[in-house]
Amino acid sequence: MKAERSRILVIIPALNEEKNIAQVVSSINKEVPYADILVVNDGSRDRTGQIAREHGATVIDLPYNLGIGGAMQAGFRFARLYDYDIAIQVDGDGQHPADHIERLVQVIAEGKSDMASGSRFVANGGYKSTRSRLVGIKYFSLLLSLILRERITDTTSGFRAVNKKVIDLFSRNYPDDYPEVEALVLLHKRGLRVKEIPVEMKERAGGKSSITPFRSMYYMVKVSLAVLIEMIRKAER
Amino acid sequence: MTLFNVQIISIILSTLLFLFVIELVRKGMLKERYAILWLASSFILLVLSLWKGLLDKIAAFFGIFYSPSLLFLAAFLFLLLIVLHFSIVISRMSEKNKKLAQEMGLLKYELENKKSVKDGDKNREEAG
Repeated sequence: MKAERSRILVIIPALNEEKNIAQVVSSINKEVPYADILVVNDGSRDRTGQIAREHGATVIDLPYNLGIGGAMQAGFRFARLYDYDIAIQVDGDGQHPADHIERLVQVIAEGKSDMASGSRFVANGGYKSTRSRLVGIKYFSLLLSLILRERITDTTSGFRAVNKKVIDLFSRNYPDDYPEVEALVLLHKRGLRVKEIPVEMKERAGGKSSITPFRSMYYMVKVSLAVLIEMIRKAER
Repeated sequence: MTLFNVQIISIILSTLLFLFVIELVRKGMLKERYAILWLASSFILLVLSLWKGLLDKIAAFFGIFYSPSLLFLAAFLFLLLIVLHFSIVISRMSEKNKKLAQEMGLLKYELENKKSVKDGDKNREEAG
Protein backbone atom coordinates (compact mmCIF):
# COMPACT_ATOMS: atom_id res chain seq x y z
CA MET A 1 0.00 0.00 0.00
CA LYS A 2 1.25 3.43 -0.80
CA ALA A 3 -1.28 5.06 1.46
CA GLU A 4 1.54 6.75 3.38
CA ARG A 5 2.50 8.79 0.40
CA SER A 6 0.51 11.84 -0.71
CA ARG A 7 -1.42 11.31 -3.89
CA ILE A 8 0.03 13.67 -6.44
CA LEU A 9 -1.45 14.83 -9.74
CA VAL A 10 0.46 16.73 -12.39
CA ILE A 11 -1.98 18.76 -14.49
CA ILE A 12 -0.85 19.75 -17.97
CA PRO A 13 -3.17 22.08 -19.87
CA ALA A 14 -2.44 21.56 -23.56
CA LEU A 15 -3.65 23.24 -26.72
CA ASN A 16 -2.13 22.00 -29.98
CA GLU A 17 1.10 20.79 -28.38
CA GLU A 18 1.67 17.62 -30.39
CA LYS A 19 5.33 18.57 -30.91
CA ASN A 20 6.06 18.94 -27.20
CA ILE A 21 3.61 16.82 -25.26
CA ALA A 22 5.44 13.50 -25.63
CA GLN A 23 8.65 14.93 -24.23
CA VAL A 24 6.81 16.76 -21.42
CA VAL A 25 4.91 13.65 -20.32
CA SER A 26 7.89 11.32 -20.49
CA SER A 27 10.20 13.65 -18.59
CA ILE A 28 7.62 14.03 -15.80
CA ASN A 29 7.16 10.27 -15.75
CA LYS A 30 10.88 9.85 -15.38
CA GLU A 31 11.46 12.54 -12.72
CA VAL A 32 8.36 11.97 -10.57
CA PRO A 33 7.22 8.41 -11.29
CA TYR A 34 5.03 8.38 -8.16
CA ALA A 35 2.78 11.13 -9.55
CA ASP A 36 -0.18 10.67 -11.86
CA ILE A 37 -0.20 12.77 -15.02
CA LEU A 38 -3.34 14.41 -16.32
CA VAL A 39 -3.30 16.14 -19.68
CA VAL A 40 -6.26 18.46 -20.16
CA ASN A 41 -6.63 18.57 -23.89
CA ASP A 42 -8.20 21.98 -24.40
CA GLY A 43 -9.92 21.36 -27.71
CA SER A 44 -6.73 20.75 -29.68
CA ARG A 45 -7.07 20.22 -33.40
CA ASP A 46 -3.92 18.14 -33.65
CA ARG A 47 -2.90 14.81 -32.10
CA THR A 48 -2.07 16.20 -28.64
CA GLY A 49 -4.57 13.98 -26.79
CA GLN A 50 -3.67 10.84 -28.68
CA ILE A 51 0.07 11.27 -28.19
CA ALA A 52 -0.37 12.03 -24.48
CA ARG A 53 -2.39 8.81 -24.07
CA GLU A 54 0.23 6.79 -25.91
CA HIS A 55 2.82 8.07 -23.44
CA GLY A 56 0.79 6.90 -20.48
CA ALA A 57 -0.93 10.10 -19.39
CA THR A 58 -4.55 10.28 -18.35
CA VAL A 59 -6.31 12.58 -20.79
CA ILE A 60 -9.43 14.68 -20.46
CA ASP A 61 -10.69 15.94 -23.79
CA LEU A 62 -12.63 19.17 -23.54
CA PRO A 63 -15.26 19.40 -26.29
CA TYR A 64 -14.04 22.86 -27.31
CA ASN A 65 -11.40 25.37 -26.29
CA LEU A 66 -11.98 26.87 -22.84
CA GLY A 67 -8.70 28.73 -22.49
CA ILE A 68 -6.02 28.13 -19.89
CA GLY A 69 -8.27 29.02 -16.93
CA GLY A 70 -11.11 26.73 -17.91
CA ALA A 71 -8.72 23.91 -18.73
CA MET A 72 -6.89 24.20 -15.42
CA GLN A 73 -10.16 24.28 -13.55
CA ALA A 74 -11.15 21.04 -15.28
CA GLY A 75 -7.89 19.61 -13.95
CA PHE A 76 -8.60 20.82 -10.41
CA ARG A 77 -12.05 19.31 -10.59
CA PHE A 78 -10.50 16.02 -11.60
CA ALA A 79 -8.07 16.29 -8.69
CA ARG A 80 -10.94 16.89 -6.28
CA LEU A 81 -13.10 14.15 -7.74
CA TYR A 82 -10.32 11.57 -7.37
CA ASP A 83 -9.18 12.94 -4.02
CA TYR A 84 -5.61 14.00 -4.76
CA ASP A 85 -3.60 15.66 -2.02
CA ILE A 86 -1.34 17.75 -4.22
CA ALA A 87 -1.85 19.15 -7.70
CA ILE A 88 0.93 20.61 -9.83
CA GLN A 89 0.44 22.72 -12.92
CA VAL A 90 3.02 22.23 -15.64
CA ASP A 91 2.76 23.89 -19.04
CA GLY A 92 2.42 21.66 -22.06
CA ASP A 93 5.06 23.46 -24.10
CA GLY A 94 8.09 22.13 -22.26
CA GLN A 95 9.11 25.37 -20.52
CA HIS A 96 8.93 23.88 -17.07
CA PRO A 97 11.72 21.46 -16.20
CA ALA A 98 10.34 18.24 -14.75
CA ASP A 99 13.30 17.82 -12.40
CA HIS A 100 12.12 20.92 -10.49
CA ILE A 101 8.69 19.44 -9.73
CA GLU A 102 10.03 17.64 -6.68
CA ARG A 103 11.07 20.98 -5.11
CA LEU A 104 7.55 22.35 -5.39
CA VAL A 105 5.97 19.13 -4.14
CA GLN A 106 8.21 19.07 -1.07
CA VAL A 107 7.15 22.52 0.07
CA ILE A 108 3.49 21.47 -0.09
CA ALA A 109 4.01 17.99 1.34
CA GLU A 110 5.80 19.45 4.35
CA GLY A 111 2.88 21.84 4.87
CA LYS A 112 5.11 24.92 4.57
CA SER A 113 2.68 26.65 2.24
CA ASP A 114 -0.65 26.24 0.46
CA MET A 115 0.83 27.08 -2.91
CA ALA A 116 4.39 26.75 -4.14
CA SER A 117 5.00 28.87 -7.20
CA GLY A 118 8.07 28.40 -9.35
CA SER A 119 9.77 31.74 -10.00
CA ARG A 120 12.36 32.60 -12.59
CA PHE A 121 13.44 35.68 -10.69
CA VAL A 122 14.06 34.63 -7.10
CA ALA A 123 17.56 33.68 -8.15
CA ASN A 124 19.14 34.68 -11.42
CA GLY A 125 19.37 32.12 -14.10
CA GLY A 126 17.30 30.48 -16.75
CA TYR A 127 16.13 32.27 -19.80
CA LYS A 128 15.27 35.93 -19.90
CA SER A 129 12.00 36.84 -21.50
CA THR A 130 11.42 39.49 -24.15
CA ARG A 131 11.57 43.12 -23.02
CA SER A 132 7.88 43.95 -23.32
CA ARG A 133 7.09 40.87 -21.34
CA LEU A 134 9.60 41.73 -18.66
CA VAL A 135 7.98 45.14 -18.20
CA GLY A 136 4.66 43.41 -17.63
CA ILE A 137 6.16 40.94 -15.20
CA LYS A 138 7.85 43.74 -13.20
CA TYR A 139 4.61 45.68 -13.12
CA PHE A 140 2.52 42.78 -11.85
CA SER A 141 5.19 41.85 -9.38
CA LEU A 142 4.91 45.37 -7.92
CA LEU A 143 1.11 45.42 -7.94
CA LEU A 144 0.73 41.99 -6.37
CA SER A 145 3.49 42.60 -3.83
CA LEU A 146 1.57 45.68 -2.69
CA ILE A 147 -1.73 43.85 -2.44
CA LEU A 148 -0.36 40.71 -0.86
CA ARG A 149 2.13 42.59 1.33
CA GLU A 150 4.65 39.97 0.43
CA ARG A 151 7.27 39.90 -2.29
CA ILE A 152 6.10 38.06 -5.38
CA THR A 153 8.61 38.11 -8.21
CA ASP A 154 6.96 35.94 -10.85
CA THR A 155 3.22 36.50 -10.83
CA THR A 156 2.59 34.92 -14.22
CA SER A 157 4.33 31.67 -13.46
CA GLY A 158 2.30 28.70 -14.59
CA PHE A 159 4.53 26.27 -12.72
CA ARG A 160 2.79 25.73 -9.41
CA ALA A 161 1.93 23.14 -6.79
CA VAL A 162 -1.06 23.43 -4.48
CA ASN A 163 -2.46 21.48 -1.55
CA LYS A 164 -5.90 20.00 -0.98
CA LYS A 165 -7.42 23.23 0.36
CA VAL A 166 -6.46 25.08 -2.78
CA ILE A 167 -7.58 22.24 -5.05
CA ASP A 168 -10.96 22.47 -3.39
CA LEU A 169 -11.09 26.25 -3.83
CA PHE A 170 -9.90 26.25 -7.44
CA SER A 171 -12.25 23.45 -8.49
CA ARG A 172 -15.12 25.73 -7.49
CA ASN A 173 -13.70 29.08 -8.45
CA TYR A 174 -10.88 29.73 -10.88
CA PRO A 175 -10.40 32.86 -12.98
CA ASP A 176 -10.82 32.62 -16.74
CA ASP A 177 -8.48 34.34 -19.15
CA TYR A 178 -5.13 35.02 -17.49
CA PRO A 179 -5.67 33.13 -14.26
CA GLU A 180 -2.18 33.02 -12.73
CA VAL A 181 -2.18 36.59 -11.43
CA GLU A 182 -5.75 36.59 -10.22
CA ALA A 183 -5.33 33.24 -8.50
CA LEU A 184 -2.77 34.85 -6.18
CA VAL A 185 -5.34 37.44 -5.08
CA LEU A 186 -7.93 34.70 -4.64
CA LEU A 187 -5.61 32.82 -2.27
CA HIS A 188 -4.68 35.97 -0.40
CA LYS A 189 -8.32 36.80 0.24
CA ARG A 190 -8.86 33.38 1.78
CA GLY A 191 -5.82 33.75 3.98
CA LEU A 192 -3.87 31.00 2.17
CA ARG A 193 -0.11 31.16 1.86
CA VAL A 194 2.00 31.39 -1.28
CA LYS A 195 5.69 30.62 -1.36
CA GLU A 196 7.98 31.25 -4.30
CA ILE A 197 10.57 28.67 -5.19
CA PRO A 198 13.45 29.50 -7.52
CA VAL A 199 13.31 27.50 -10.74
CA GLU A 200 14.89 27.73 -14.13
CA MET A 201 12.62 27.83 -17.11
CA LYS A 202 13.54 26.90 -20.60
CA GLU A 203 12.56 28.50 -23.83
CA ARG A 204 9.67 26.91 -25.62
CA ALA A 205 10.77 23.68 -27.24
CA GLY A 206 8.46 24.15 -30.22
CA GLY A 207 5.43 26.02 -31.38
CA LYS A 208 4.88 29.74 -30.91
CA SER A 209 4.17 31.89 -27.87
CA SER A 210 0.92 33.82 -28.09
CA ILE A 211 2.44 36.93 -26.53
CA THR A 212 3.03 40.06 -28.60
CA PRO A 213 3.85 43.62 -27.34
CA PHE A 214 0.33 44.78 -28.06
CA ARG A 215 -1.15 41.83 -26.29
CA SER A 216 1.06 42.40 -23.26
CA MET A 217 -0.30 45.94 -22.98
CA TYR A 218 -3.84 44.70 -23.29
CA TYR A 219 -3.02 41.96 -20.83
CA MET A 220 -1.67 44.45 -18.28
CA VAL A 221 -4.75 46.64 -18.36
CA LYS A 222 -7.16 43.76 -18.35
CA VAL A 223 -5.54 41.82 -15.56
CA SER A 224 -5.10 44.93 -13.40
CA LEU A 225 -8.81 45.49 -13.69
CA ALA A 226 -9.50 41.85 -12.93
CA VAL A 227 -7.25 42.02 -9.87
CA LEU A 228 -9.04 45.10 -8.57
CA ILE A 229 -12.42 43.48 -9.16
CA GLU A 230 -11.21 40.33 -7.47
CA MET A 231 -10.34 42.45 -4.43
CA ILE A 232 -13.85 43.83 -4.06
CA ARG A 233 -15.76 40.74 -5.14
CA LYS A 234 -18.10 38.92 -2.85
CA ALA A 235 -16.42 35.95 -1.28
CA GLU A 236 -18.31 33.05 -2.83
CA ARG A 237 -20.44 32.61 -5.86
CA MET B 1 -44.67 71.24 -39.57
CA THR B 2 -41.46 69.54 -38.73
CA LEU B 3 -42.92 67.84 -35.70
CA PHE B 4 -45.41 66.09 -37.91
CA ASN B 5 -42.78 64.35 -39.98
CA VAL B 6 -41.03 63.06 -36.91
CA GLN B 7 -44.33 61.82 -35.57
CA ILE B 8 -45.13 59.87 -38.73
CA ILE B 9 -41.71 58.28 -38.76
CA SER B 10 -41.89 57.23 -35.15
CA ILE B 11 -45.41 55.82 -35.60
CA ILE B 12 -44.27 53.74 -38.56
CA LEU B 13 -41.09 52.58 -36.85
CA SER B 14 -42.72 51.62 -33.57
CA THR B 15 -45.54 49.79 -35.41
CA LEU B 16 -42.98 47.89 -37.46
CA LEU B 17 -40.97 47.05 -34.35
CA PHE B 18 -44.10 45.83 -32.58
CA LEU B 19 -45.10 43.60 -35.49
CA PHE B 20 -41.57 42.36 -36.00
CA VAL B 21 -41.25 41.31 -32.34
CA ILE B 22 -44.57 39.46 -32.51
CA GLU B 23 -43.46 37.73 -35.70
CA LEU B 24 -40.18 36.66 -34.06
CA VAL B 25 -42.03 35.18 -31.09
CA ARG B 26 -44.46 33.43 -33.41
CA LYS B 27 -41.60 31.82 -35.31
CA GLY B 28 -39.95 30.81 -32.04
CA MET B 29 -36.86 32.91 -32.76
CA LEU B 30 -37.33 35.04 -29.65
CA LYS B 31 -38.08 33.70 -26.20
CA GLU B 32 -41.21 35.11 -24.56
CA ARG B 33 -39.12 36.03 -21.55
CA TYR B 34 -37.18 38.59 -23.58
CA ALA B 35 -40.06 39.43 -25.91
CA ILE B 36 -42.05 40.96 -23.06
CA LEU B 37 -39.44 43.69 -22.62
CA TRP B 38 -39.42 44.42 -26.33
CA LEU B 39 -43.20 44.34 -26.71
CA ALA B 40 -43.71 46.66 -23.77
CA SER B 41 -41.21 49.16 -25.07
CA SER B 42 -42.47 49.18 -28.63
CA PHE B 43 -46.02 49.51 -27.31
CA ILE B 44 -45.06 52.50 -25.18
CA LEU B 45 -43.25 54.04 -28.14
CA LEU B 46 -46.35 53.52 -30.28
CA VAL B 47 -48.70 55.09 -27.72
CA LEU B 48 -46.40 58.06 -27.28
CA SER B 49 -46.01 58.72 -30.97
CA LEU B 50 -49.77 58.42 -31.56
CA TRP B 51 -50.90 60.49 -28.63
CA LYS B 52 -48.95 63.65 -29.18
CA GLY B 53 -50.53 65.47 -26.25
CA LEU B 54 -49.34 62.91 -23.74
CA LEU B 55 -45.80 63.19 -24.99
CA ASP B 56 -45.96 66.98 -24.69
CA LYS B 57 -47.28 66.75 -21.16
CA ILE B 58 -44.56 64.38 -20.05
CA ALA B 59 -41.94 66.45 -21.84
CA ALA B 60 -43.20 69.59 -20.10
CA PHE B 61 -43.07 67.78 -16.78
CA PHE B 62 -39.41 66.91 -17.36
CA GLY B 63 -38.68 70.37 -18.75
CA ILE B 64 -37.91 69.12 -22.25
CA PHE B 65 -38.72 71.77 -24.87
CA TYR B 66 -38.61 69.63 -27.97
CA SER B 67 -40.97 66.81 -27.04
CA PRO B 68 -39.99 64.17 -29.66
CA SER B 69 -36.54 64.11 -28.14
CA LEU B 70 -38.20 62.58 -25.08
CA LEU B 71 -39.12 59.68 -27.33
CA PHE B 72 -35.51 59.17 -28.34
CA LEU B 73 -34.32 59.54 -24.80
CA ALA B 74 -36.75 56.86 -23.66
CA ALA B 75 -35.72 54.57 -26.50
CA PHE B 76 -32.05 55.14 -25.78
CA LEU B 77 -32.43 54.39 -22.09
CA PHE B 78 -34.40 51.28 -22.88
CA LEU B 79 -31.71 50.05 -25.27
CA LEU B 80 -29.06 50.69 -22.67
CA LEU B 81 -31.01 48.61 -20.17
CA ILE B 82 -31.62 45.76 -22.54
CA VAL B 83 -27.96 45.62 -23.62
CA LEU B 84 -26.86 45.53 -20.01
CA HIS B 85 -29.41 42.81 -19.37
CA PHE B 86 -27.98 40.81 -22.25
CA SER B 87 -24.44 41.22 -20.95
CA ILE B 88 -25.59 39.70 -17.69
CA VAL B 89 -27.35 36.86 -19.49
CA ILE B 90 -24.25 36.19 -21.63
CA SER B 91 -21.98 36.15 -18.57
CA ARG B 92 -24.23 33.69 -16.83
CA MET B 93 -24.43 31.51 -19.91
CA SER B 94 -20.70 31.45 -20.55
CA GLU B 95 -20.14 30.37 -16.95
CA LYS B 96 -22.67 27.57 -17.37
CA ASN B 97 -21.13 26.71 -20.72
CA LYS B 98 -17.66 26.39 -19.20
CA LYS B 99 -18.95 24.19 -16.41
CA LEU B 100 -20.77 22.02 -18.92
CA ALA B 101 -17.65 21.51 -21.03
CA GLN B 102 -15.57 20.61 -17.96
CA GLU B 103 -18.21 18.24 -16.69
CA MET B 104 -18.46 16.64 -20.11
CA GLY B 105 -14.70 16.12 -20.27
CA LEU B 106 -14.72 14.46 -16.85
CA LEU B 107 -17.72 12.28 -17.67
CA LYS B 108 -16.21 11.20 -20.96
CA TYR B 109 -13.07 10.16 -19.14
CA GLU B 110 -15.09 8.24 -16.57
CA LEU B 111 -17.09 6.51 -19.28
CA GLU B 112 -14.00 5.47 -21.23
CA ASN B 113 -12.37 4.31 -18.03
CA LYS B 114 -15.36 2.12 -17.16
CA LYS B 115 -15.52 0.77 -20.67
CA SER B 116 -11.87 -0.20 -20.76
CA VAL B 117 -12.16 -1.87 -17.35
CA LYS B 118 -15.15 -3.82 -18.62
CA ASP B 119 -13.34 -4.75 -21.82
CA GLY B 120 -10.46 -5.96 -19.68
CA ASP B 121 -12.81 -8.15 -17.62
CA LYS B 122 -14.29 -9.60 -20.77
CA ASN B 123 -10.86 -10.37 -22.19
CA ARG B 124 -9.87 -12.10 -18.99
CA GLU B 125 -13.08 -14.14 -18.97
CA GLU B 126 -12.49 -15.20 -22.54
CA ALA B 127 -8.92 -16.16 -21.76
CA GLY B 128 -9.87 -18.04 -18.58
